[in-house]
Amino acid sequence: MNAASAQRGLLSKASVLRIAPSHGWWELPFSELWDYRELLYFIVWRDIKIRYKQTAIGAAWAVLQPFLTMLVFSLFFGKLAHVPSEGMPYPIFYYSALLPWMYFAAALQNATNAIVENQRVITKVYFPRVALPLAAVLASLVDFGISFLMFLILMVYYGIHPTAAAVWFPAFLLLAVLTALGVGLWLSALNAIYRDVRYVMPFLIQFWMFASPVAYPSSLVPEKWRWLYGLNPMAGVIEGFRWSLAGHGTTPGRMVFVSAAAVVVILLGGFAYFQHMETTVADVV
Amino acid sequence: MSGAVIHAEGLGKRYRVGERERYLALRDILTRIATAPFRRGARNGRRDYLWALRDVSFDIHQGEVVGLIGRNGSGKTTLLKLLSRITRPTKGFAEIRGRVGSLLEVGTGFHPELSGRENIYLSGAVLGMRKSEINARFDEIVAFSEVERFLDTPLKHFSTGMQMRLAFAVAAHLEPEILLVDEVLAVGDIEFQKKCLGKMQEVSNSGRTIVFVSHQMNQIRRLCERVIWINSGEIQESGAAGEVIAAYEAASLRPASAGERHNANFLHWSVCGGNNVMRDGLREITLHFHLQLSKSISQGHFGVTVTDSDNVIMIGWGFDNLDLPAGANELVLKVPILPLRPGNYNVICALFDGGNNLTGGELLDQWHAVPPLVVDAKPLSHSQDRWAGVLNIPAKLQIVQPIAAGIASPVTNRT
Repeated sequence: MNAASAQRGLLSKASVLRIAPSHGWWELPFSELWDYRELLYFIVWRDIKIRYKQTAIGAAWAVLQPFLTMLVFSLFFGKLAHVPSEGMPYPIFYYSALLPWMYFAAALQNATNAIVENQRVITKVYFPRVALPLAAVLASLVDFGISFLMFLILMVYYGIHPTAAAVWFPAFLLLAVLTALGVGLWLSALNAIYRDVRYVMPFLIQFWMFASPVAYPSSLVPEKWRWLYGLNPMAGVIEGFRWSLAGHGTTPGRMVFVSAAAVVVILLGGFAYFQHMETTVADVV
Repeated sequence: MSGAVIHAEGLGKRYRVGERERYLALRDILTRIATAPFRRGARNGRRDYLWALRDVSFDIHQGEVVGLIGRNGSGKTTLLKLLSRITRPTKGFAEIRGRVGSLLEVGTGFHPELSGRENIYLSGAVLGMRKSEINARFDEIVAFSEVERFLDTPLKHFSTGMQMRLAFAVAAHLEPEILLVDEVLAVGDIEFQKKCLGKMQEVSNSGRTIVFVSHQMNQIRRLCERVIWINSGEIQESGAAGEVIAAYEAASLRPASAGERHNANFLHWSVCGGNNVMRDGLREITLHFHLQLSKSISQGHFGVTVTDSDNVIMIGWGFDNLDLPAGANELVLKVPILPLRPGNYNVICALFDGGNNLTGGELLDQWHAVPPLVVDAKPLSHSQDRWAGVLNIPAKLQIVQPIAAGIASPVTNRT
């Protein structure tokens, strides 16, 4: 007997939808999400539209933020503190890391608030709630796209040619999205239940950035500890970006695999916890 | 299951109330953990529970229009939320055949920063329409909402009325097999409500199943054949609309008085000694009220009020200094003329002992007369509803043309 999940009664008259108390944590919502893919599209579209309607600087911010940070890092960490940059010009070294990092930070911030901001809709209509943090993570890709264009300009300026490693870039981008989704699921669920989580966010992001190879290369970490360092999924993502985009930096090894494995665990755990929250959130939110 | 479109069995929903705060904060959790060693004895994990719904079972078949009535807080909205999958039941289960559309509020999914057009798509998608469906019905939706000129302005610049019209226009063009509606028709002006009601009737005529929650009995009567009355989370009664509504009204409108003081009871009433239908408002009519008194009253006051379906008082009368004996009484109201527009009206009568409620008399019984007054007369005022008003009196029109020198002109009479 199917434990409490909706069958595809949405679309066909013949099948029956069963509404019953929830039984476990373990239901991956993929087929339901597929049924609701158009709604997911509309939510992403809405999030993007609103982001740009409400800001004065708008698209420029997507470029300014990583660019200015890159300048500051290049000056202080690079020129003055002489942090090793593995053969890349400092701006490239920092920007290639800031690219996925800024995406991650923004996606996380938006995902955390996703459930709470939409509480009105959640209490009035049904759709798989996981669409909300998912939409937040996808909508943030637009900003990523814009800052990526800036990166391409930098590459041209510094005369960096993409190497064969560039073929792996989409894989690392996917890894970045999955990381943001995995952590985002946890945080949005936590925030729906414990409302002060979003105040912890800025500190968490800050701390996490220093724990990730943004301002320094992961080669600073001694070889034998690097796998442990890889438990931070963003370590693998960032080094992957550096390697596939700029062609330099550490060739992905054990560390990246550990990161990828960590992402899978976080993601599955995130879905499970989110499901758990979902059964109570409409009553509590 | 026998072909039921909605089959509910033993549905129950329990909420936690009391000690637990609505929102938790991590810091509270952490504090609690940190101070745990210092707390003496186990903290009592007792929580108070509230059963919003308890053991609710019913079957609804294809094409039925079912009204759901009950006092505020009785569990009607919780039931709709369960059927809409917004929240999960604690016990029991339900099985639904067909696509469900839930209208639990007006303007679900709307965002003030987006334009009217964008909100139509967003709201339609949230309510469950596919993009192709929204595209196909876009023009109808805009026409129904009457906001063509403002389609591309942000919603925050719309008046509340316009927002509601737009919201309902989107919702009205949702075409699910099962429609769950929660009191959304209670908002808005008369025009809007009429439009919404009309659309709902269209939906029901097309064979769809509707579950409709409302506090307005006239709307329920108009749309629903069957009514389920929910009281404190349980089904009190379920059956034909007229009967269940009568029982509900009887239960909720009696003054909450204990047995001894309850010594008056209106039993039934009629128009001209017949039924509840008035066919001609321009002739004298009589309204007969039958009541039973356990004790005689003196200096009593009898009041009758006639209101329309929106509870606007059409007319009322009050009679003082009444002396009535114990036992069965019949009060006959003679009205020389009662020119009301065709429609349903509520008749409310009240009996006071020793003065009316303004002069300190005690209310013995107040009754929203059942069945309602049905005026089935020929409409005599303006042919368009919005100009017709509430009175039904004929008028004759005479056209007088100016007299030119020496020529007598005809006088045209018109009715």
